[in-house]
Amino acid sequence: MSLSTDDVRHVARLARLALSDQEVESLRGELSDILAYADKISEIAAADVPPTSHAYPLRNVYRDDIPQPSLPADEATAAAPQAEEGRFRVPRIVEEP
Amino acid sequence: MHPLVASDAVSLRMMLDNREVSATEITQAHLDRIAETDQHVSAFIRTLDQSALDHAGDIDRRLSAGSRVGALAGLPLALKDILCTKGVETTCGSRMLQHYRPPYDATVVRKLREADAIVVGKANMDEFAMGSSCENSAFFPTRNPWDLERVPGGSSGGSVAAVAANNVPLGIGTDTGGSVRQPAALCGVVGVKPTYGLVSRFGLIAFASSLDQVGPIARTVGDAAELLEAIAGHDPRDATSIPTEAPDLHSALEAGVEGLRVGVVREFMGEGMADGVRQVVTAAIDRFAALGAEVVDVSLPHAGYGVSAYYLIAPSECSSNLSRYDGVRYGLRVDGETTEQMMASTREAGFGREVKRRIMIGTYALSAGYYDAYYAQAQRVRTLIIRDYEAAYAGCDVLVSPTSPTTAFKLGERAADPLAMYLSDVYTIPSNLAGAPALSLPVGLDHDGLPVGLQLMAPVLGEPVLFRAARALERELAIDSTPRGPGSLAQVAA
Amino acid sequence: MSVAPDASTQAQRAARDSGVEQAARFEAVIGLEVHVELNTATKMFCGCAIDFGGEPNVRTCPVCLGQPGSLPMINVKAVEYAIRLGLALGCDIAPSSQFHRKNYFYPDMPKNYQISQYDVPICLGGQLEVATADGSRRVGITRVHMEEDTGKTIHMAVHSERGAISGRIHGAEYSLVDYNRAGIPLLEVVSEPDIRSAEQARAYLTELRAIVLALEISDAKLEEGSMRCDANVSLRPVGHSVFGTRVEVKNMNSLRSLGRAIDHEIARQTELLSSGQPIVQETRHWNEDTATTSTLRAKEEVFDYRYFSDPDLVPVEPDSDWVARLRAELVELPAARRSRYAAEHGLAPGTAALLQSSGLAGRFDEAVSAGAPPAEAAKWLTNEVAAWCNERSVDPVTAALPGAHLAELTRLVADGTLSTKLAREVLEAVLAGEGSPGEVVAARGLAQISDTGALGAVVDTAIAGNAAAAQRVRDGNTKAIGALVGAVMRATKGQANPGLVNELLQARLKQAGER
Repeated sequence: MSLSTDDVRHVARLARLALSDQEVESLRGELSDILAYADKISEIAAADVPPTSHAYPLRNVYRDDIPQPSLPADEATAAAPQAEEGRFRVPRIVEEP
Repeated sequence: MHPLVASDAVSLRMMLDNREVSATEITQAHLDRIAETDQHVSAFIRTLDQSALDHAGDIDRRLSAGSRVGALAGLPLALKDILCTKGVETTCGSRMLQHYRPPYDATVVRKLREADAIVVGKANMDEFAMGSSCENSAFFPTRNPWDLERVPGGSSGGSVAAVAANNVPLGIGTDTGGSVRQPAALCGVVGVKPTYGLVSRFGLIAFASSLDQVGPIARTVGDAAELLEAIAGHDPRDATSIPTEAPDLHSALEAGVEGLRVGVVREFMGEGMADGVRQVVTAAIDRFAALGAEVVDVSLPHAGYGVSAYYLIAPSECSSNLSRYDGVRYGLRVDGETTEQMMASTREAGFGREVKRRIMIGTYALSAGYYDAYYAQAQRVRTLIIRDYEAAYAGCDVLVSPTSPTTAFKLGERAADPLAMYLSDVYTIPSNLAGAPALSLPVGLDHDGLPVGLQLMAPVLGEPVLFRAARALERELAIDSTPRGPGSLAQVAA
Repeated sequence: MSVAPDASTQAQRAARDSGVEQAARFEAVIGLEVHVELNTATKMFCGCAIDFGGEPNVRTCPVCLGQPGSLPMINVKAVEYAIRLGLALGCDIAPSSQFHRKNYFYPDMPKNYQISQYDVPICLGGQLEVATADGSRRVGITRVHMEEDTGKTIHMAVHSERGAISGRIHGAEYSLVDYNRAGIPLLEVVSEPDIRSAEQARAYLTELRAIVLALEISDAKLEEGSMRCDANVSLRPVGHSVFGTRVEVKNMNSLRSLGRAIDHEIARQTELLSSGQPIVQETRHWNEDTATTSTLRAKEEVFDYRYFSDPDLVPVEPDSDWVARLRAELVELPAARRSRYAAEHGLAPGTAALLQSSGLAGRFDEAVSAGAPPAEAAKWLTNEVAAWCNERSVDPVTAALPGAHLAELTRLVADGTLSTKLAREVLEAVLAGEGSPGEVVAARGLAQISDTGALGAVVDTAIAGNAAAAQRVRDGNTKAIGALVGAVMRATKGQANPGLVNELLQARLKQAGER
């Protein structure tokens, strides 16, 4: 398992991390090593084994449709780095949703 | 050392009930101890002296008035800074959340307050609980009270070191792959990872949601049991919370181990373990036999794949859980021309090296084309490990192994080798994958005078037998948990 | 929809070979993805109330703001609504379904992932029968799944004189985010690519909307975004079974714009293929003002969503008793209702459909069971009531017109108490909340004057005051009677029974002539 610099940059874009060139280079090696170790699991033939996401098999955990108090006014944006008229302010957006 | 800080929680609670001491006196003694020692240990990101004393004063007033006080009344506690406290900075050991004040309390925090535990401070940790040494804190490393040049383990290193340094009798940590048990072993205290779903995760800042679990830390098994009973139980705000009452650990605690079948996990006794650890652990297991337990050899054939599976599942979940830190709603923002640049720069500056590393691994593992080979395969391995445990418990009541392959290592020793650091958790990770409870008990010192922990494991919701076995061995071994020896806090503080 | 790489090449070749009358040689293949915002009391995963308007970010909490440590809890009502819609569409209800995380960064998503369903949705494989001018067509439903809505972003440009103003994303200097909408439950209904024309697409959306309204799970307003529709459009040579390269078209917020956008996209693709150019797989944005589509995202930019099952949630496994109960409680669906209206009340399919699409079918049933003649009730509802609601932006479902009131109104017209004109006035007063038709008539003194004695005196006065007109009538100019009727109506403020006035005038003018 060996990652290229381009692989690392692509993943960093997906993860929204503005990595420095130096980080890209060191992560390339570290990620390759870690993934090579993690890849040990490919030794196991487990195609017929069901995956487990939680060990305790809970099902149908619901909430009743009854309103609860929301945060008090202004509290939502209290921790915001930048807010304007009760809304969260962000720089211009380039990508369309 | 003030006798109040040397005392265990159960004794303090008894003294409070008998009015031999006030909650304020207990709290003040511990705050004094922190003021004296934390410059050496650095267990706390923030102490909460005033609110602690206010709460203690309130408990004393209620006691005088004959009103009800909670089960943990007057007992000082170190809270890992990963649990949300309303209006009080909750940093998760990260620059990203350095000034973040949550608008709500975690369920565990609410339960602790209802139990009248005194939260004296928010404890240091590896950033977002990722690490095994507490060196990944964005602020400063915490030191091991047994040797200040060594790490306390992690990620709950701050809570554990605070308990070991007699700063508090009780600590709260979280354990995703060993983050309570491994530092507990390295600092010579009791640390428990309960059954997944026994303690609410609501308000616990997520690292890996399917593995994270809050756990108690104490110097005695009895204290840990008290604390677990107070925080356990169903929470309607957490969909993965098991609909069950808190376990009754009291009645089982002193039942002994006669007739109990104790399985020694073969795969966890092999290579990679330090000699000192092997000697102390083997001697402790022998004592089980002496106490009348039946010690048997068991195998968990897939346990060796635990670390691999874990380092796919945990980073995958963390890559998604940590996406919310983007500079928009709370926390750090680094300005940028566009929202996309602002987010990327904020995340680049706000996250430390290890966090970025894991986000990258997880993003890669989940990305198109790799999901089946990595995340899905890791979850199949998880199934196989669960089946291994089920088979083992067919013939055993509890399983034992070392908690960590080594004792505490020196600061900086493993910082350059992430993989070596990950292998610190080789014996603890399988319990997280299986959602089952496990406990680390101090069972002696190695030839360097550093603590060694024995890990006890039980089936899902098997806490009563887990604590029972641990208590029996604790009583038998009568370990002195006070840090001592060259380089220890005892020498510096003296 | 699966995409065969060689399909568009095939289409291009067919286009080149055929040479002329290209449009007729291609067939459009269309699938729709419709989002329905549910009208539950609370959001999908937290207890914040669902409401509209008001201050920004006031219906938010740690969960729907994505605050650290918060956890989602599934709203059981949203699951129930999903099952009800699935049953109405003839879907299988999955014995076990799961929530996944769809990961992508966007500031309107508080967690930078959307909790949605992926490979195991709650409803699978239904169908919807839609009627168009060229007959009815069965459109397959691939799936219905649950997810959460995003917040709302407004894009601000700084204007030299007017200060900061909101507008389109392009050219904006910054944006503002409101999370009141974030976390509202959505159902996404994905159709099979069984639609062949803009008209069928509109018919499909109309029928789906009628079902949603009948189930009362959403107010389903396209214009306000509580129902949203994206279209996947591709072309292929007639007679071929392989799909062409598809284009996703977004941002249609009315039935009309859905139709226009699809027609435009079909024309655009036809032109490209006819001139031998390839179709690019992409997402396009419909612009209502210019009536064109433009590229939003090319295929290369398609997000890698990194789906995985949400570890904060556990599987949804509705037990068969619950599903059976919901099935038994299912309301009469629009198609069945239309058939019943035709069979029992003789209503034309168009009228029945209109009653449904305007949300007035319930009122119709009430009025008919209260004794209103069906044709009359339908006429009043589809004309007067629908127009009144439309002008005032009142939801017909909530309009203050119990069926009994409408029945009473038709009775008052039938027995001559009210003229049609007066009845309109009474209806408006009833809708405005002034009481039953009888109460309005009494309060306003609106009853029609049908008393021969009282009207006779007024008629006599009118003849006396309009001697010239009266003479023309006597001379055989029957049209001249209008002036006399008008005078009577003015004198009675319109309350005179017009038929009776005519009768009395005719009688008197005839008498005079004979004398």
